[in-house]
Amino acid sequence: MTVMEQRGAYRPTPPPAWQPRTDPTPLLPDAEPYRVLGTDAAAQADPELLRRLYAQLVRGRRYNVQATALTKQGRLAVYPSSTGQEACEVAAALALQERDWLFPSYRDTLAVVARGVDPVEALTLLRGDWHTGYDPYEHRVAPLCTPLATQLPHAVGLAHAARLKGDDVVALAMVGDGGTSEGDFHEALNFAAVWQAPVVFLVQNNGFAISVPLAKQTAAPSLAHKAVGYGMPGRLVDGNDAAAVHEVLTDAVRRAREGGGPTLVEAVTYRIEAHTNADDATRYRGDAEVETWREHDPIQLLERELTARGLLDEDAKQSARDAAETMAADLRARMNQDAVLDPMDLFAHVYAEPTPQLREQQALLRAELEAEHADQEGTHR
Amino acid sequence: MTTVALKPATMAQALTRALRDAMAADPSVHVLGEDVGVLGGVFRVTDGLAAEFGEDRCTDTPLAEAGILGTAVGMAMYGLRPVVEMQFDAFAYPAFEQLISHVARMRNRTRGRMPLPITVRVPYGGGIGGVEHHSDSSEAYYMATPGLHVVTPATVADAYGLLRAAIASDDPVVVLEPKRLYWSKDSWNPDDPQPVDPIGRAVVRRTGRSATLITYGPSVPVCLEAAEAARAEGWDLEVVDLRSLVPFDDETVCASVRRTGRAVVVHESGSFGGPGGEIAARVTERCFHHLEAPVLRVAGFDLPYPPPMLERHHLPGVDRILDTVARLQWEAEN
Ligand SMILES: Cc1ncc(C[n+]2csc(CCOP(=O)(O)OP(=O)(O)O)c2C)c(N)n1
Repeated sequence: MTVMEQRGAYRPTPPPAWQPRTDPTPLLPDAEPYRVLGTDAAAQADPELLRRLYAQLVRGRRYNVQATALTKQGRLAVYPSSTGQEACEVAAALALQERDWLFPSYRDTLAVVARGVDPVEALTLLRGDWHTGYDPYEHRVAPLCTPLATQLPHAVGLAHAARLKGDDVVALAMVGDGGTSEGDFHEALNFAAVWQAPVVFLVQNNGFAISVPLAKQTAAPSLAHKAVGYGMPGRLVDGNDAAAVHEVLTDAVRRAREGGGPTLVEAVTYRIEAHTNADDATRYRGDAEVETWREHDPIQLLERELTARGLLDEDAKQSARDAAETMAADLRARMNQDAVLDPMDLFAHVYAEPTPQLREQQALLRAELEAEHADQEGTHR
Repeated sequence: MTTVALKPATMAQALTRALRDAMAADPSVHVLGEDVGVLGGVFRVTDGLAAEFGEDRCTDTPLAEAGILGTAVGMAMYGLRPVVEMQFDAFAYPAFEQLISHVARMRNRTRGRMPLPITVRVPYGGGIGGVEHHSDSSEAYYMATPGLHVVTPATVADAYGLLRAAIASDDPVVVLEPKRLYWSKDSWNPDDPQPVDPIGRAVVRRTGRSATLITYGPSVPVCLEAAEAARAEGWDLEVVDLRSLVPFDDETVCASVRRTGRAVVVHESGSFGGPGGEIAARVTERCFHHLEAPVLRVAGFDLPYPPPMLERHHLPGVDRILDTVARLQWEAEN
């Protein structure tokens, strides 16, 4: 007999029955990143889609190379290359319908361009003419976002608003592995799951946040596992397999559109170049590691698959390269023109109506510009 | 002329009415925040809105200020007009990243293509005996952020009018609601609430000849009381209620200072780096030759907001204002 029973007074009451609110098992990601290329699943993939993905990958790679070259020529202030990650970029854009929205981060210029934004306008931020070059409403692409993960709650709010209005619009929000540590990542996923908002979160896990490897970023089994805690499915995909990324994203987008709520997709990929042209990647990683990823190049993977299945001949490859070359030549030519900027624009878009304080400052700048102009006239004479 | 029936109403009631009228007038107006639904907000400002307009229009969000404001950004992008409630001044800080990095500059970074008509309501300031983190005067942070409008009502009528104007604005507006005036009553016509001047206009609350008290929000009633008390000392004080900190109404303020020749800025927030420094500089730059004395400031001390049992020593009160007004007899002293 225990002491309690001897006393006879205390009758422990059991806690009210506890049940998990949802069964976590279906939310868990697969043990291995999902792949299509080089597996039996590839036979099911739509050849037309694969060829479109291929053309876009080639174009994307060329864009990365061209933009990086422009930084060396001083025509672009900075460029965060997505070489090696093109499959994620391209699949992201192609998984969306026209009415859907893309919420990119600073590294996602390719996704922005693949969505139809003018390649030069997509570089406005990085060139330094203005913060956003394109009209976000034209192609339903939010401004490239520099603060990490802060665009994620925007995607949730937009998707939620669309659903409130009865529109079947989906928002796809992109973030890096480092960005998943930010509070906004958590808040966005939580809001999305609670509101069952039609959002897809795509994490491009490219191994590093500038110099910090994933192991120092998180102790989670995978970034996709984070989904379970929010009550949404997590999917793990080979981020260099364009067909796989496209399939997983398309599934997630469809699920969101049909009212199934958000999904977190982790695409496992690698950043082949340094963080930006200004970064020295040799300080934090070895060539051997980079080489293993070069062998898993997204363009090569798709090219091998298409060639093996007789879906891509030398002509098709050449025409993809030619199209990319034309795009690059046009980008180069237009970026080599000096930007024409009107300093008075500084005051034009702070408020719908400038405040009296801004009007005064506007007048000051106008007078300075006039004086500068008069000076130049004087020296010319 | 028809006479309207004026009844006593509290500032909180006027704010509720403003939200309700705005929601009824425009289906794109959505209220969101912590406890704004069933509870009606901890100050009951959103009372009844969820019942009347449904939980899709007045939404209890998860407890996450950055998330609340961040999702409001997306909602505004899609054509809604979110009105966000931050539960208390110091709990708005987690949302500052969204406020400063996105809300305030989306119009600018997109060259005017993506304006964000978001209203951020922040109950602010001391004087209610709140424990730590419930009494901050955070206006300087908002004022220092280009792209935001910042308004703060001091009367029941202004609470209604400024909140309606904020919601109607195509730009983000931070509405700083002085907590300790929530229950202040005024004669107000709840059957026919009136709009106010456009955002950016100050108002002379009391005319006077010998000096101007420049103030706003929770300090307005204190200044009016000080002005009454000052009559005994032979001072006839004018009181200017700014109502809007951004844009700033130089015109009304300077017209008053030119008439009186002397000015004191009064606010609860700390004086170092606070709004008073900006206001004093503006007045000095514009009215130097009219000034009989330096522009003086009566502000909270430069310390983290004090515990409730000491807050009365921190808050600018009538006596401190009167002592400062006495120092405006500059010539006599020097
Ligand atoms: C809030 C915030 N903190 C710091 C930075 C500076 N920064 C820019 S990129 C970066 C690393 C981001 O890594 P990750 O999210 O993995 O994306 P990746 O660059 O690899 O695409 C940092 C720290 C930032 N942009 N925003």
